Amino acid sequence: MNIVACVKQVPDTETLIKVKPDGSGIDETGIKWVMNPYDEFGVEEALRLKEKYGGDVTIVTLGPARALEALRTALAMGADKGIYINDPAFDVVDAFTVATALAAAIKGIPHDIIFCGQRAIDDDSGQVGAILAELLGIPQVAVVTKIDVEGKTIKAIRPIEGAQLLIETPLPCVVTAQKGLNEPRYASLPGIMKAKKKPVDVKGASGLGVSIDVKSKIARTLPPPARPPGKIICGEEPAEKARELAKLLREEAKVI
Amino acid sequence: MAKGVWIVAEQRYGALRKISFELASTARKLADQLGEEVGAILLGSGIEGLAGELGKYGVDKVYVADNALLEPYTTDAHAAAVARLVKENNPSILLFGASAQGKDLSARLVGKLATGMATDCVDVKVVDGKLLALRPMYAGKCYGEVLTSSFPQMASLRPNVFPAIENSKTPEIIKFDPGLDPGQLKTKVLEVQKDTAGKVDLTEANIIVSGGRGMKGPENYVLLEELADVLGATVGASRAAVDAGWRPQKDQVGQTGKIVSPNLYIACGISGAIQHLAGMGTSKYIVAINKDPDAPIFARADYGIVDDLFKVVPELTKEVKKLLA
Repeated sequence: MNIVACVKQVPDTETLIKVKPDGSGIDETGIKWVMNPYDEFGVEEALRLKEKYGGDVTIVTLGPARALEALRTALAMGADKGIYINDPAFDVVDAFTVATALAAAIKGIPHDIIFCGQRAIDDDSGQVGAILAELLGIPQVAVVTKIDVEGKTIKAIRPIEGAQLLIETPLPCVVTAQKGLNEPRYASLPGIMKAKKKPVDVKGASGLGVSIDVKSKIARTLPPPARPPGKIICGEEPAEKARELAKLLREEAKVI
Repeated sequence: MAKGVWIVAEQRYGALRKISFELASTARKLADQLGEEVGAILLGSGIEGLAGELGKYGVDKVYVADNALLEPYTTDAHAAAVARLVKENNPSILLFGASAQGKDLSARLVGKLATGMATDCVDVKVVDGKLLALRPMYAGKCYGEVLTSSFPQMASLRPNVFPAIENSKTPEIIKFDPGLDPGQLKTKVLEVQKDTAGKVDLTEANIIVSGGRGMKGPENYVLLEELADVLGATVGASRAAVDAGWRPQKDQVGQTGKIVSPNLYIACGISGAIQHLAGMGTSKYIVAINKDPDAPIFARADYGIVDDLFKVVPELTKEVKKLLA
Protein backbone atom coordinates (compact mmCIF):
# COMPACT_ATOMS: atom_id res chain seq x y z
CA MET A 1 0.00 0.00 0.00
CA ASN A 2 1.35 3.40 -0.98
CA ILE A 3 0.54 5.88 1.73
CA VAL A 4 1.16 9.62 1.78
CA ALA A 5 0.86 11.87 4.83
CA CYS A 6 0.97 15.65 4.52
CA VAL A 7 2.36 17.57 7.47
CA LYS A 8 2.67 21.22 8.42
CA GLN A 9 4.80 22.81 11.07
CA VAL A 10 2.85 25.09 13.44
CA PRO A 11 3.36 26.90 16.76
CA ASP A 12 2.80 24.66 19.79
CA THR A 13 -0.68 25.03 21.38
CA GLU A 14 0.79 26.66 24.49
CA THR A 15 2.26 29.50 22.40
CA LEU A 16 1.08 33.02 23.10
CA ILE A 17 0.58 34.63 19.70
CA LYS A 18 1.85 38.20 19.32
CA VAL A 19 0.71 40.26 16.36
CA LYS A 20 3.27 42.48 14.63
CA PRO A 21 2.53 46.17 15.29
CA ASP A 22 1.97 46.83 11.58
CA GLY A 23 -0.59 44.01 11.34
CA SER A 24 1.43 42.22 8.66
CA GLY A 25 1.40 38.89 10.52
CA ILE A 26 2.54 37.33 13.75
CA ASP A 27 5.82 37.82 15.54
CA GLU A 28 7.63 34.48 15.28
CA THR A 29 10.25 35.28 17.92
CA GLY A 30 10.53 32.61 20.59
CA ILE A 31 7.86 30.33 19.11
CA LYS A 32 8.25 26.61 19.74
CA TRP A 33 7.41 24.86 16.46
CA VAL A 34 5.84 21.43 16.33
CA MET A 35 4.15 19.15 13.83
CA ASN A 36 0.46 20.10 13.56
CA PRO A 37 -1.26 17.76 16.06
CA TYR A 38 -3.93 16.70 13.55
CA ASP A 39 -1.22 15.84 10.99
CA GLU A 40 0.42 13.68 13.64
CA PHE A 41 -2.73 11.54 13.79
CA GLY A 42 -2.47 11.18 10.00
CA VAL A 43 1.18 10.11 10.16
CA GLU A 44 0.41 7.59 12.90
CA GLU A 45 -2.48 6.09 10.93
CA ALA A 46 -0.25 5.88 7.84
CA LEU A 47 2.36 3.96 9.85
CA ARG A 48 -0.27 1.59 11.27
CA LEU A 49 -1.63 0.84 7.79
CA LYS A 50 1.89 0.15 6.58
CA GLU A 51 2.49 -2.19 9.51
CA LYS A 52 -0.70 -4.06 8.69
CA TYR A 53 -0.64 -4.12 4.89
CA GLY A 54 2.98 -3.40 3.93
CA GLY A 55 4.06 -0.74 1.46
CA ASP A 56 5.64 2.58 2.22
CA VAL A 57 4.87 5.94 3.74
CA THR A 58 5.89 9.20 2.09
CA ILE A 59 5.71 12.46 4.04
CA VAL A 60 5.07 15.67 2.15
CA THR A 61 5.59 19.07 3.71
CA LEU A 62 5.62 22.64 2.45
CA GLY A 63 7.26 25.43 4.36
CA PRO A 64 10.32 27.52 5.14
CA ALA A 65 13.68 26.11 6.31
CA ARG A 66 12.41 25.33 9.83
CA ALA A 67 9.59 23.12 8.44
CA LEU A 68 12.08 20.40 7.51
CA GLU A 69 12.15 19.56 11.21
CA ALA A 70 8.48 18.49 11.14
CA LEU A 71 9.24 16.24 8.16
CA ARG A 72 12.21 14.72 10.01
CA THR A 73 10.00 14.06 13.03
CA ALA A 74 7.59 12.09 10.85
CA LEU A 75 10.51 10.13 9.37
CA ALA A 76 11.76 9.45 12.89
CA MET A 77 8.32 8.09 13.80
CA GLY A 78 8.88 5.54 11.03
CA ALA A 79 7.93 7.00 7.64
CA ASP A 80 10.16 5.95 4.75
CA LYS A 81 10.85 9.06 2.72
CA GLY A 82 10.00 12.69 2.32
CA ILE A 83 9.15 15.36 -0.20
CA TYR A 84 10.07 18.81 1.04
CA ILE A 85 8.52 21.67 -0.89
CA ASN A 86 10.64 24.67 -0.11
CA ASP A 87 10.58 27.85 -2.15
CA PRO A 88 10.36 31.50 -1.04
CA ALA A 89 7.60 31.77 -3.67
CA PHE A 90 5.37 29.87 -1.21
CA ASP A 91 6.08 32.16 1.74
CA VAL A 92 2.75 33.98 1.56
CA VAL A 93 0.17 31.76 -0.04
CA ASP A 94 -3.37 30.50 0.50
CA ALA A 95 -4.95 27.07 0.84
CA PHE A 96 -5.53 26.78 -2.91
CA THR A 97 -1.86 27.36 -3.75
CA VAL A 98 -0.61 25.01 -1.03
CA ALA A 99 -2.96 22.28 -2.25
CA THR A 100 -1.84 22.91 -5.85
CA ALA A 101 1.79 22.37 -4.85
CA LEU A 102 0.98 19.27 -2.78
CA ALA A 103 -1.09 17.84 -5.66
CA ALA A 104 1.77 18.40 -8.10
CA ALA A 105 4.18 16.57 -5.79
CA ILE A 106 1.80 13.69 -5.04
CA LYS A 107 0.74 13.20 -8.68
CA GLY A 108 4.24 12.02 -9.43
CA ILE A 109 4.24 9.20 -6.85
CA PRO A 110 1.95 6.20 -6.33
CA HIS A 111 -0.75 6.94 -3.76
CA ASP A 112 -3.53 4.70 -2.46
CA ILE A 113 -4.42 6.81 0.51
CA ILE A 114 -3.41 10.35 1.48
CA PHE A 115 -3.67 11.64 5.04
CA CYS A 116 -3.92 15.29 6.04
CA GLY A 117 -4.83 16.82 9.39
CA GLN A 118 -8.46 17.96 9.48
CA ARG A 119 -7.10 21.48 9.99
CA ALA A 120 -3.83 23.12 10.92
CA ILE A 121 -3.96 24.80 14.31
CA ASP A 122 -2.26 27.95 13.01
CA ASP A 123 -4.53 29.36 10.31
CA ASP A 124 -7.42 26.98 11.19
CA SER A 125 -8.48 26.96 7.56
CA GLY A 126 -9.29 23.28 7.16
CA GLN A 127 -9.31 23.51 3.36
CA VAL A 128 -6.15 21.89 2.04
CA GLY A 129 -7.22 18.22 2.26
CA ALA A 130 -10.42 18.78 0.30
CA ILE A 131 -8.79 20.97 -2.36
CA LEU A 132 -6.01 18.41 -2.75
CA ALA A 133 -8.59 15.65 -3.27
CA GLU A 134 -10.39 17.75 -5.87
CA LEU A 135 -7.16 18.56 -7.75
CA LEU A 136 -6.23 14.87 -7.78
CA GLY A 137 -9.77 13.95 -8.85
CA ILE A 138 -10.29 11.57 -5.93
CA PRO A 139 -12.83 11.44 -3.09
CA GLN A 140 -12.29 12.77 0.42
CA VAL A 141 -13.54 11.75 3.82
CA ALA A 142 -12.98 14.61 6.23
CA VAL A 143 -12.62 14.76 10.01
CA VAL A 144 -12.27 11.03 10.56
CA THR A 145 -11.92 9.20 13.90
CA LYS A 146 -11.65 5.62 12.58
CA ILE A 147 -10.82 3.91 9.31
CA ASP A 148 -10.88 0.32 8.13
CA VAL A 149 -9.39 -0.71 4.82
CA GLU A 150 -11.36 -3.42 3.02
CA GLY A 151 -9.65 -4.35 -0.22
CA LYS A 152 -9.90 -1.37 -2.54
CA THR A 153 -12.28 0.63 -0.36
CA ILE A 154 -12.23 2.19 3.08
CA LYS A 155 -14.92 2.58 5.68
CA ALA A 156 -14.51 5.64 7.87
CA ILE A 157 -16.27 7.12 10.88
CA ARG A 158 -16.94 10.83 10.59
CA PRO A 159 -18.50 12.61 13.60
CA ILE A 160 -20.85 15.49 12.78
CA GLU A 161 -23.11 17.57 15.05
CA GLY A 162 -25.15 15.09 17.08
CA ALA A 163 -24.32 12.00 15.00
CA GLN A 164 -21.63 9.77 13.57
CA LEU A 165 -21.54 8.83 9.91
CA LEU A 166 -20.12 5.62 8.53
CA ILE A 167 -18.81 6.48 5.08
CA GLU A 168 -17.51 4.17 2.39
CA THR A 169 -15.29 5.33 -0.43
CA PRO A 170 -13.01 3.67 -2.97
CA LEU A 171 -9.24 4.12 -2.97
CA PRO A 172 -7.37 6.24 -3.79
CA CYS A 173 -8.79 8.90 -1.49
CA VAL A 174 -7.87 11.68 0.92
CA VAL A 175 -8.64 11.19 4.61
CA THR A 176 -8.39 14.11 7.03
CA ALA A 177 -7.57 13.08 10.58
CA GLN A 178 -9.42 14.13 13.72
CA LYS A 179 -8.33 13.65 17.32
CA GLY A 180 -9.48 10.22 18.48
CA LEU A 181 -8.22 8.43 15.35
CA ASN A 182 -5.24 7.02 17.29
CA GLU A 183 -2.60 7.83 19.85
CA PRO A 184 0.52 8.93 17.93
CA ARG A 185 3.79 7.25 18.88
CA TYR A 186 6.88 9.15 19.95
CA ALA A 187 9.95 9.01 17.79
CA SER A 188 12.49 6.63 19.34
CA LEU A 189 16.17 7.50 19.57
CA PRO A 190 17.14 4.88 16.93
CA GLY A 191 14.25 6.26 14.85
CA ILE A 192 15.71 9.75 15.08
CA MET A 193 19.14 8.43 14.05
CA LYS A 194 17.70 6.51 11.10
CA ALA A 195 15.61 9.50 9.99
CA LYS A 196 18.77 11.45 9.23
CA LYS A 197 19.63 8.99 6.48
CA LYS A 198 16.17 8.67 4.93
CA PRO A 199 15.78 10.21 1.47
CA VAL A 200 14.19 13.65 1.20
CA ASP A 201 13.39 15.03 -2.21
CA VAL A 202 13.51 18.85 -2.23
CA LYS A 203 11.21 20.59 -4.71
CA GLY A 204 10.65 24.20 -5.72
CA ALA A 205 7.71 25.82 -7.50
CA SER A 206 9.28 25.50 -10.94
CA GLY A 207 10.35 21.90 -10.33
CA LEU A 208 6.74 21.09 -9.56
CA GLY A 209 5.47 23.11 -12.51
CA VAL A 210 3.30 25.21 -10.22
CA SER A 211 2.62 28.86 -10.86
CA ILE A 212 1.68 30.97 -7.86
CA ASP A 213 -1.87 32.27 -8.11
CA VAL A 214 -3.02 33.42 -4.68
CA LYS A 215 -6.80 33.77 -4.43
CA SER A 216 -7.18 34.88 -0.80
CA LYS A 217 -4.86 36.92 1.34
CA ILE A 218 -4.81 38.11 4.91
CA ALA A 219 -4.96 41.86 4.49
CA ARG A 220 -4.39 42.52 8.18
CA THR A 221 -3.67 40.49 11.31
CA LEU A 222 -5.22 41.79 14.52
CA PRO A 223 -5.03 40.94 18.19
CA PRO A 224 -8.29 39.52 19.58
CA PRO A 225 -10.83 42.12 20.72
CA ALA A 226 -10.31 43.05 24.38
CA ARG A 227 -12.92 41.78 26.82
CA PRO A 228 -14.19 44.24 29.43
CA PRO A 229 -12.93 43.40 32.93
CA GLY A 230 -15.17 40.95 34.77
CA LYS A 231 -16.75 40.91 38.18
CA ILE A 232 -15.67 38.67 41.05
CA ILE A 233 -18.75 37.78 43.03
CA CYS A 234 -18.21 38.19 46.76
CA GLY A 235 -20.15 36.65 49.59
CA GLU A 236 -19.82 34.67 52.79
CA GLU A 237 -21.16 31.33 51.68
CA PRO A 238 -21.12 29.39 48.41
CA ALA A 239 -24.93 29.53 48.42
CA GLU A 240 -24.91 33.31 48.61
CA LYS A 241 -22.46 33.59 45.73
CA ALA A 242 -24.47 31.14 43.65
CA ARG A 243 -27.65 33.15 44.28
CA GLU A 244 -25.94 36.37 43.21
CA LEU A 245 -24.53 34.73 40.08
CA ALA A 246 -27.91 33.34 39.06
CA LYS A 247 -29.42 36.79 39.54
CA LEU A 248 -26.72 38.52 37.44
CA LEU A 249 -27.07 35.97 34.65
CA ARG A 250 -30.81 36.49 34.64
CA GLU A 251 -31.07 40.25 35.13
CA GLU A 252 -27.81 41.78 33.92
CA ALA A 253 -26.52 39.43 31.23
CA LYS A 254 -30.01 38.16 30.35
CA VAL A 255 -28.63 34.83 29.18
CA ILE A 256 -30.82 32.52 31.27
CA MET B 1 -19.50 40.32 -14.13
CA ALA B 2 -20.04 38.42 -10.93
CA LYS B 3 -23.24 39.53 -9.23
CA GLY B 4 -25.38 38.40 -6.31
CA VAL B 5 -24.85 37.29 -2.74
CA TRP B 6 -25.57 33.59 -2.45
CA ILE B 7 -25.77 31.12 0.34
CA VAL B 8 -25.79 27.34 0.47
CA ALA B 9 -28.64 26.51 2.83
CA GLU B 10 -28.24 23.51 5.08
CA GLN B 11 -31.01 21.07 5.90
CA ARG B 12 -30.94 17.85 7.79
CA TYR B 13 -33.67 15.22 8.12
CA GLY B 14 -35.95 17.45 6.05
CA ALA B 15 -35.68 20.59 8.20
CA LEU B 16 -33.60 23.72 7.63
CA ARG B 17 -30.90 24.18 10.24
CA LYS B 18 -30.61 27.45 12.18
CA ILE B 19 -27.34 28.33 10.44
CA SER B 20 -29.31 28.63 7.17
CA PHE B 21 -31.29 31.55 8.60
CA GLU B 22 -28.12 33.14 9.97
CA LEU B 23 -26.61 32.86 6.48
CA ALA B 24 -29.72 34.28 4.80
CA SER B 25 -29.86 37.31 7.12
CA THR B 26 -26.16 38.01 6.70
CA ALA B 27 -26.42 37.69 2.92
CA ARG B 28 -29.39 40.11 2.96
CA LYS B 29 -27.29 42.71 4.76
CA LEU B 30 -24.37 42.35 2.31
CA ALA B 31 -26.69 42.35 -0.72
CA ASP B 32 -28.39 45.56 0.45
CA GLN B 33 -24.99 47.23 0.71
CA LEU B 34 -24.14 46.10 -2.82
CA GLY B 35 -27.61 46.66 -4.26
CA GLU B 36 -27.76 43.02 -5.34
CA GLU B 37 -30.03 40.02 -4.84
CA VAL B 38 -29.80 37.17 -2.34
CA GLY B 39 -29.80 33.70 -3.83
CA ALA B 40 -30.01 30.48 -1.83
CA ILE B 41 -29.09 26.99 -2.97
CA LEU B 42 -31.21 24.25 -1.42
CA LEU B 43 -30.28 20.62 -2.05
CA GLY B 44 -31.83 17.37 -0.94
CA SER B 45 -34.72 15.04 -1.56
CA GLY B 46 -38.31 15.97 -0.76
CA ILE B 47 -37.23 19.40 0.44
CA GLU B 48 -38.92 21.75 -2.03
CA GLY B 49 -41.39 22.81 0.67
CA LEU B 50 -38.54 24.37 2.69
CA ALA B 51 -37.78 27.02 0.07
CA GLY B 52 -40.42 29.47 1.30
CA GLU B 53 -38.93 29.51 4.80
CA LEU B 54 -35.74 31.02 3.43
CA GLY B 55 -37.76 33.98 2.17
CA LYS B 56 -38.66 34.79 5.77
CA TYR B 57 -35.02 35.69 6.28
CA GLY B 58 -34.60 37.83 3.20
CA VAL B 59 -33.79 35.46 0.33
CA ASP B 60 -34.96 36.68 -3.10
CA LYS B 61 -34.40 33.52 -5.13
CA VAL B 62 -34.17 29.94 -4.01
CA TYR B 63 -32.50 27.50 -6.41
CA VAL B 64 -33.80 24.05 -5.56
CA ALA B 65 -32.47 20.70 -6.68
CA ASP B 66 -34.76 17.99 -5.35
CA ASN B 67 -33.09 14.73 -6.25
CA ALA B 68 -32.70 11.36 -4.53
CA LEU B 69 -28.94 11.44 -5.24
CA LEU B 70 -28.64 14.50 -2.99
CA GLU B 71 -29.90 12.69 0.12
CA PRO B 72 -28.18 12.04 2.44
CA TYR B 73 -25.44 14.64 2.00
CA THR B 74 -22.29 13.47 0.26
CA THR B 75 -19.39 15.72 -0.72
CA ASP B 76 -19.39 14.37 -4.28
CA ALA B 77 -23.03 15.01 -5.09
CA HIS B 78 -23.45 18.34 -3.33
CA ALA B 79 -20.18 19.81 -4.59
CA ALA B 80 -21.02 18.81 -8.18
CA ALA B 81 -24.51 20.35 -7.96
CA VAL B 82 -23.34 23.62 -6.40
CA ALA B 83 -20.38 23.99 -8.77
CA ARG B 84 -22.59 23.55 -11.82
CA LEU B 85 -25.11 26.15 -10.69
CA VAL B 86 -22.51 28.65 -9.51
CA LYS B 87 -20.56 28.44 -12.77
CA GLU B 88 -23.74 29.19 -14.72
CA ASN B 89 -24.83 32.11 -12.56
CA ASN B 90 -21.57 33.64 -11.38
CA PRO B 91 -22.48 35.09 -7.96
CA SER B 92 -19.94 37.49 -6.46
CA ILE B 93 -20.22 36.18 -2.90
CA LEU B 94 -20.99 32.63 -1.74
CA LEU B 95 -21.58 31.92 1.95
CA PHE B 96 -21.66 28.61 3.84
CA GLY B 97 -22.17 27.60 7.43
CA ALA B 98 -18.98 26.61 9.22
CA SER B 99 -20.76 23.43 10.31
CA ALA B 100 -19.45 19.91 9.70
CA GLN B 101 -21.28 19.76 6.38
CA GLY B 102 -20.60 23.35 5.36
CA LYS B 103 -16.88 23.06 6.03
CA ASP B 104 -16.63 19.84 4.05
CA LEU B 105 -18.60 21.15 1.08
CA SER B 106 -17.05 24.61 0.93
CA ALA B 107 -13.46 23.35 1.02
CA ARG B 108 -14.15 20.97 -1.89
CA LEU B 109 -15.70 23.86 -3.83
CA VAL B 110 -12.64 26.05 -3.32
CA GLY B 111 -10.90 23.39 -5.41
CA LYS B 112 -13.69 22.99 -7.96
CA LEU B 113 -14.20 26.71 -8.48
CA ALA B 114 -10.50 27.61 -8.12
CA THR B 115 -11.18 30.45 -5.76
CA GLY B 116 -10.41 31.56 -2.20
CA MET B 117 -12.30 31.27 1.04
CA ALA B 118 -12.25 32.63 4.57
CA THR B 119 -13.21 29.81 6.99
CA ASP B 120 -15.25 30.14 10.19
CA CYS B 121 -15.78 33.91 10.04
CA VAL B 122 -17.17 35.98 12.89
CA ASP B 123 -17.83 39.11 10.83
CA VAL B 124 -18.29 39.88 7.14
CA LYS B 125 -18.79 43.23 5.46
CA VAL B 126 -18.52 44.95 2.11
CA VAL B 127 -15.63 47.39 1.74
CA ASP B 128 -15.07 49.08 -1.65
CA GLY B 129 -17.41 46.57 -3.23
CA LYS B 130 -15.37 43.61 -1.95
CA LEU B 131 -16.05 41.09 0.78
CA LEU B 132 -13.92 41.68 3.86
CA ALA B 133 -14.11 38.70 6.20
CA LEU B 134 -12.90 38.65 9.79
CA ARG B 135 -11.87 35.28 11.17
CA PRO B 136 -10.15 33.99 14.28
CA MET B 137 -6.82 32.24 13.68
CA TYR B 138 -4.70 30.22 16.09
CA ALA B 139 -8.09 29.31 17.62
CA GLY B 140 -8.75 32.96 18.42
CA LYS B 141 -5.33 34.01 19.69
CA CYS B 142 -5.38 36.50 16.82
CA TYR B 143 -7.70 37.51 13.99
CA GLY B 144 -7.20 37.94 10.26
CA GLU B 145 -9.02 40.15 7.78
CA VAL B 146 -9.31 38.18 4.56
CA LEU B 147 -9.76 39.55 1.04
CA THR B 148 -10.40 37.27 -1.91
CA SER B 149 -9.48 38.41 -5.40
CA SER B 150 -11.22 35.63 -7.35
CA PHE B 151 -14.92 34.86 -7.74
CA PRO B 152 -17.02 33.81 -6.06
CA GLN B 153 -15.58 35.30 -2.89
CA MET B 154 -16.31 32.51 -0.46
CA ALA B 155 -16.69 32.54 3.31
CA SER B 156 -18.05 30.14 5.90
CA LEU B 157 -19.73 31.68 8.94
CA ARG B 158 -19.36 30.42 12.49
CA PRO B 159 -22.71 29.15 13.83
CA ASN B 160 -24.38 31.14 16.63
CA VAL B 161 -22.48 34.37 15.88
CA PHE B 162 -24.60 36.07 13.18
CA PRO B 163 -28.19 37.05 14.03
CA ALA B 164 -31.11 35.53 12.13
CA ILE B 165 -33.36 38.48 11.32
CA GLU B 166 -36.86 38.04 9.93
CA ASN B 167 -37.50 39.92 6.71
CA SER B 168 -40.62 38.59 5.05
CA LYS B 169 -40.21 38.01 1.37
CA THR B 170 -41.87 35.57 -0.93
CA PRO B 171 -38.92 34.14 -2.75
CA GLU B 172 -38.93 33.14 -6.38
CA ILE B 173 -38.35 29.40 -6.55
CA ILE B 174 -36.19 28.13 -9.39
CA LYS B 175 -35.78 24.40 -9.85
CA PHE B 176 -32.54 23.26 -11.37
CA ASP B 177 -31.08 20.02 -12.61
CA PRO B 178 -28.01 19.15 -10.52
CA GLY B 179 -26.65 17.23 -13.52
CA LEU B 180 -25.52 14.25 -11.46
CA ASP B 181 -24.13 11.10 -12.98
CA PRO B 182 -24.53 8.24 -10.45
CA GLY B 183 -21.32 6.70 -11.81
CA GLN B 184 -19.36 9.76 -10.70
CA LEU B 185 -20.55 9.59 -7.11
CA LYS B 186 -17.96 7.61 -5.19
CA THR B 187 -18.72 8.14 -1.50
CA LYS B 188 -21.65 6.47 0.23
CA VAL B 189 -23.10 7.06 3.66
CA LEU B 190 -23.66 3.54 4.95
CA GLU B 191 -25.01 4.45 8.34
CA VAL B 192 -26.05 7.46 10.42
CA GLN B 193 -25.73 6.82 14.11
CA LYS B 194 -27.46 9.56 16.09
CA ASP B 195 -26.13 10.43 19.53
CA THR B 196 -28.56 8.96 21.98
CA ALA B 197 -28.25 11.77 24.53
CA GLY B 198 -30.14 14.05 22.15
CA LYS B 199 -28.15 17.06 23.37
CA VAL B 200 -27.33 19.99 21.14
CA ASP B 201 -23.77 19.79 19.83
CA LEU B 202 -21.24 22.02 21.59
CA THR B 203 -20.65 24.05 18.43
CA GLU B 204 -24.34 24.97 18.28
CA ALA B 205 -25.18 25.18 21.99
CA ASN B 206 -26.55 28.40 23.51
CA ILE B 207 -25.22 27.49 26.92
CA ILE B 208 -22.24 25.27 27.79
CA VAL B 209 -21.32 24.01 31.25
CA SER B 210 -17.74 22.80 31.08
CA GLY B 211 -15.52 21.00 33.55
CA GLY B 212 -11.77 20.58 33.85
CA ARG B 213 -9.18 18.97 36.04
CA GLY B 214 -10.83 20.52 39.10
CA MET B 215 -13.73 18.07 38.67
CA LYS B 216 -11.36 15.47 40.17
CA GLY B 217 -12.93 12.50 38.40
CA PRO B 218 -15.54 11.38 35.87
CA GLU B 219 -18.12 10.57 38.57
CA ASN B 220 -18.40 14.25 39.52
CA TYR B 221 -19.61 15.41 36.12
CA VAL B 222 -23.10 14.52 37.27
CA LEU B 223 -23.02 17.90 39.07
CA LEU B 224 -22.47 19.64 35.75
CA GLU B 225 -25.08 17.52 34.03
CA GLU B 226 -27.66 18.52 36.64
CA LEU B 227 -26.87 22.20 36.12
CA ALA B 228 -26.90 21.70 32.34
CA ASP B 229 -30.31 20.04 32.55
CA VAL B 230 -31.93 23.00 34.28
CA LEU B 231 -30.25 25.45 31.87
CA GLY B 232 -30.90 23.44 28.72
CA ALA B 233 -27.13 23.43 28.27
CA THR B 234 -24.58 21.03 26.78
CA VAL B 235 -21.70 19.73 28.90
CA GLY B 236 -18.16 20.32 27.67
CA ALA B 237 -14.71 19.49 29.00
CA SER B 238 -11.14 20.73 28.98
CA ARG B 239 -8.33 18.82 27.29
CA ALA B 240 -7.07 17.71 30.71
CA ALA B 241 -10.41 16.04 31.46
CA VAL B 242 -10.57 14.36 28.04
CA ASP B 243 -6.96 13.21 28.13
CA ALA B 244 -7.60 11.73 31.59
CA GLY B 245 -10.39 9.69 30.00
CA TRP B 246 -13.11 11.33 32.12
CA ARG B 247 -15.09 12.62 29.15
CA PRO B 248 -15.37 11.58 25.48
CA GLN B 249 -13.31 13.27 22.80
CA LYS B 250 -16.35 14.95 21.25
CA ASP B 251 -16.82 17.01 24.44
CA GLN B 252 -13.41 18.71 24.27
CA VAL B 253 -13.37 22.48 23.97
CA GLY B 254 -10.13 24.14 22.91
CA GLN B 255 -7.55 24.54 20.19
CA THR B 256 -7.38 20.79 19.55
CA GLY B 257 -11.06 20.24 20.25
CA LYS B 258 -14.19 22.17 19.40
CA ILE B 259 -14.16 25.90 18.96
CA VAL B 260 -17.37 27.17 20.51
CA SER B 261 -19.29 30.40 20.70
CA PRO B 262 -22.26 30.05 23.08
CA ASN B 263 -24.18 32.89 24.75
CA LEU B 264 -23.03 31.59 28.09
CA TYR B 265 -19.99 29.47 28.95
CA ILE B 266 -19.70 28.26 32.54
CA ALA B 267 -16.18 26.98 33.27
CA CYS B 268 -16.00 24.82 36.40
CA GLY B 269 -12.62 23.76 37.73
CA ILE B 270 -10.92 24.91 34.53
CA SER B 271 -7.72 26.85 35.09
CA GLY B 272 -7.76 28.42 31.63
CA ALA B 273 -4.79 27.08 29.69
CA ILE B 274 -4.11 29.17 26.58
CA GLN B 275 -5.31 26.42 24.30
CA HIS B 276 -8.62 26.21 26.20
CA LEU B 277 -9.18 29.98 26.27
CA ALA B 278 -8.58 29.96 22.55
CA GLY B 279 -11.45 27.55 21.99
CA MET B 280 -14.13 29.48 23.90
CA GLY B 281 -12.92 33.09 23.84
CA THR B 282 -15.72 34.29 21.54
CA SER B 283 -18.44 33.19 24.00
CA LYS B 284 -20.74 36.13 24.77
CA TYR B 285 -20.63 35.65 28.55
CA ILE B 286 -18.05 33.63 30.45
CA VAL B 287 -18.47 32.45 34.04
CA ALA B 288 -15.56 30.93 35.98
CA ILE B 289 -15.94 28.90 39.14
CA ASN B 290 -12.57 27.91 40.55
CA LYS B 291 -11.03 27.86 44.01
CA ASP B 292 -7.69 29.20 42.76
CA PRO B 293 -7.98 33.01 42.63
CA ASP B 294 -4.93 33.17 40.33
CA ALA B 295 -6.38 30.87 37.66
CA PRO B 296 -5.99 32.58 34.25
CA ILE B 297 -9.65 31.85 33.45
CA PHE B 298 -10.66 34.74 35.75
CA ALA B 299 -8.93 37.23 33.44
CA ARG B 300 -11.40 36.24 30.70
CA ALA B 301 -14.50 35.78 32.83
CA ASP B 302 -17.39 38.24 32.98
CA TYR B 303 -18.41 36.74 36.31
CA GLY B 304 -16.12 34.83 38.62
CA ILE B 305 -16.66 32.89 41.82
CA VAL B 306 -13.56 31.99 43.79
CA ASP B 307 -14.74 29.02 45.80
CA ASP B 308 -15.10 25.26 45.86
CA LEU B 309 -17.07 24.22 42.79
CA PHE B 310 -18.42 21.17 44.64
CA LYS B 311 -20.27 23.56 46.93
CA VAL B 312 -21.11 26.30 44.40
CA VAL B 313 -22.42 24.25 41.48
CA PRO B 314 -25.20 22.40 43.37
CA GLU B 315 -26.32 25.72 44.86
CA LEU B 316 -26.28 27.33 41.44
CA THR B 317 -28.43 24.51 40.10
CA LYS B 318 -30.95 25.14 42.90
CA GLU B 319 -30.98 28.89 42.32
CA VAL B 320 -31.42 28.59 38.57
CA LYS B 321 -34.22 26.09 39.07
CA LYS B 322 -35.98 28.60 41.35
CA LEU B 323 -35.51 31.46 38.88
CA LEU B 324 -36.76 29.48 35.93
CA ALA B 325 -39.66 27.88 37.81
